Amino acid sequence: MTIYLDNNATTRVDERVFSEMVPFLTAFYGNPSSMHSFGGQVAKAIQTAREQVADLIGALPSEIVFTSCGTEGNNTAIRSALATQSDRKHIITTQVEHACVLNLCKALEKQGYRVTYLSVDRNGMLDLMELEAALTGDTAIVSTMYANNETGVIFPVEQIGALAKSYGALFHVDAVQAVGKIPINLQNSSIDFLTLSGHKFHAPKGVGALFVRKGVRLRPLLIGGHQERNRRGGTENVAGIVGLGQAALLAKQYLGQMQSVQALRDYLETSILRTIPDTVVNGQGSPRLPNTTNIGFKYIEGEAILLLLDREGICASSGSACTSDSLEPSHVLRAMGLPYSVLHGSIRFSLSRFTTREEVDRLLEVMPRIVSHLRSLSPFSSDEGEWLQERTAALIPA
Amino acid sequence: MWNYSAKVLELFYNPLNQGVIEEPVEPEYAVARGEVGSIACGDALRLHLKIHRAEDRIVDAKFQTFGCTSAIASSSALTEMVKGLTLDEALAITNRDIADYLGGLPQQKMHCSVMGQEALERAIYNYRGIALPHHEEDESSLVCTCFGVSEARIRKVVKENHLTTAEQVMSYIKAGGGCGSCLGVIDDILASVNAPKPLTNVQKIAKIQASLESLRPYLQEDGGDVELVDVEGDRVLVQLKGACGSCASSLITLKEVIEERLRQEVLPSLIVEAV
Repeated sequence: MTIYLDNNATTRVDERVFSEMVPFLTAFYGNPSSMHSFGGQVAKAIQTAREQVADLIGALPSEIVFTSCGTEGNNTAIRSALATQSDRKHIITTQVEHACVLNLCKALEKQGYRVTYLSVDRNGMLDLMELEAALTGDTAIVSTMYANNETGVIFPVEQIGALAKSYGALFHVDAVQAVGKIPINLQNSSIDFLTLSGHKFHAPKGVGALFVRKGVRLRPLLIGGHQERNRRGGTENVAGIVGLGQAALLAKQYLGQMQSVQALRDYLETSILRTIPDTVVNGQGSPRLPNTTNIGFKYIEGEAILLLLDREGICASSGSACTSDSLEPSHVLRAMGLPYSVLHGSIRFSLSRFTTREEVDRLLEVMPRIVSHLRSLSPFSSDEGEWLQERTAALIPA
Repeated sequence: MWNYSAKVLELFYNPLNQGVIEEPVEPEYAVARGEVGSIACGDALRLHLKIHRAEDRIVDAKFQTFGCTSAIASSSALTEMVKGLTLDEALAITNRDIADYLGGLPQQKMHCSVMGQEALERAIYNYRGIALPHHEEDESSLVCTCFGVSEARIRKVVKENHLTTAEQVMSYIKAGGGCGSCLGVIDDILASVNAPKPLTNVQKIAKIQASLESLRPYLQEDGGDVELVDVEGDRVLVQLKGACGSCASSLITLKEVIEERLRQEVLPSLIVEAV
């Protein structure tokens, strides 16, 4: 049996989402752009989905543009903000963004744009003073996450947006991890663009949406037909969009129930802190998503923990260097300035409404054993083993 | 997910020889220790060897490792490999031997095998009282300051593992994997290690001679033969004998067979001439 505690990576498709989608893969295969009623009924289903997604985030249906994924939404928003304000050449983002935003910004730097990457503190929180100091009349767009995928830390987006507005900059929010987990209301908000992705809240992979505030100009990323009112070319992923709509409807119904997800997360977190010594919760001092916890197990390495968890059928993830192709541990935890003894042994557990108390109990049963096994192998510990730490401190720039 | 071999997983799930070796009370034994890596790098190994002084032989080995699956498996493999070896035999173990023992490692994890080899070398050098050859603490010789890797170490791993790209160097000893500012230097080191060494005259003549010897049976089948007269720079002077000496197609034999063979086997710049 699989115990899935990696819901920030992706989620299970809700059965009700799947059954809503099936007819659009079988009976209703018409093209929504067609001039016959067979296609027309499909267009109606897309409109319903648009209303459902809009309703989840307090937007107007006309403000929703369907996309293929979060990466597309983020690319569209940032590139559009630059294209529609060609006199502004400055972007502000943060050091802890998702790779799609960071790598896009690096590419834009090569094209001559100036990018400010805001730092975060030990709790993963932004300093609004630093943001204000970075803003100028040249700033085209401020792009930040709503909530961090690794730590769950929630940024004060309305305050960020208000500051951006005061300099005439557009404000984009990557809300891929936040949508469906915390209430979002874009009415009377300072947010101009907001990215969401279906597979993070029980819709299938390959569908997402970009909120574009009414009155904000959008330069499409994909130029094609008139789909999405000329804002995103390409024949619609009808079944995916219908699934996204249904998932949004369910997410809204279940928002109240996120409290019980949070209770389960808190139980997981406090139990581990209580039963396993030398553990810390990363980002604990900041407001966080109800489903996410990122725990550092000192003196052991994350990939080894994941493999031992995997053998017990438990799925989680790690920001450890050894889990990636690169040799660098998580850029998010490094930006937080966490010590290496915590960095390499950090594990993210992310829950969903499908997570049960029994599953968490099973984790709590095996985790102390796994940690003490790996610590028995490790030359490092809290009281002994400073043998190389000092030497390395000199060699490795923080 | 990494594609680990069955042996790696076996030694990770059930590691052999974990732990420490205490200082022995028997005077005929000594304990040597070698430490590599750090918590910052993401992996570290402390190797303990129990050595029979008179026989200069490793009678027991244990490890303590902080690191991922393959770091733990590599450490455990190393301790199994060295038990019973003399110190000189143990020093001959390369990182590739450790990787082979494990049934291979993913390319990005080869640095785990390097860590094992280095800890072994350090432990033995410590025991013998020899200064380490790497001079890693000497800041001036560091190529990669992020991971503290010296030029000597990069040269060694490039040579022993026949590496050709900076990405491979990164996978083997992490150099260049931090800020990336030393990647140009690593490319230069790769170029200099992999550059073919010019042959000495003696080597060149010996190789030409050997190459001609291997051709002679074919010429003899047709009643001909060839003999090396002299080598002047790139000019190879030969004498065609027997049927070859008078054959109308001897020029073709000379250029297309003999010269072609020598260019492939010895030097591409050679020119063969009949005297």
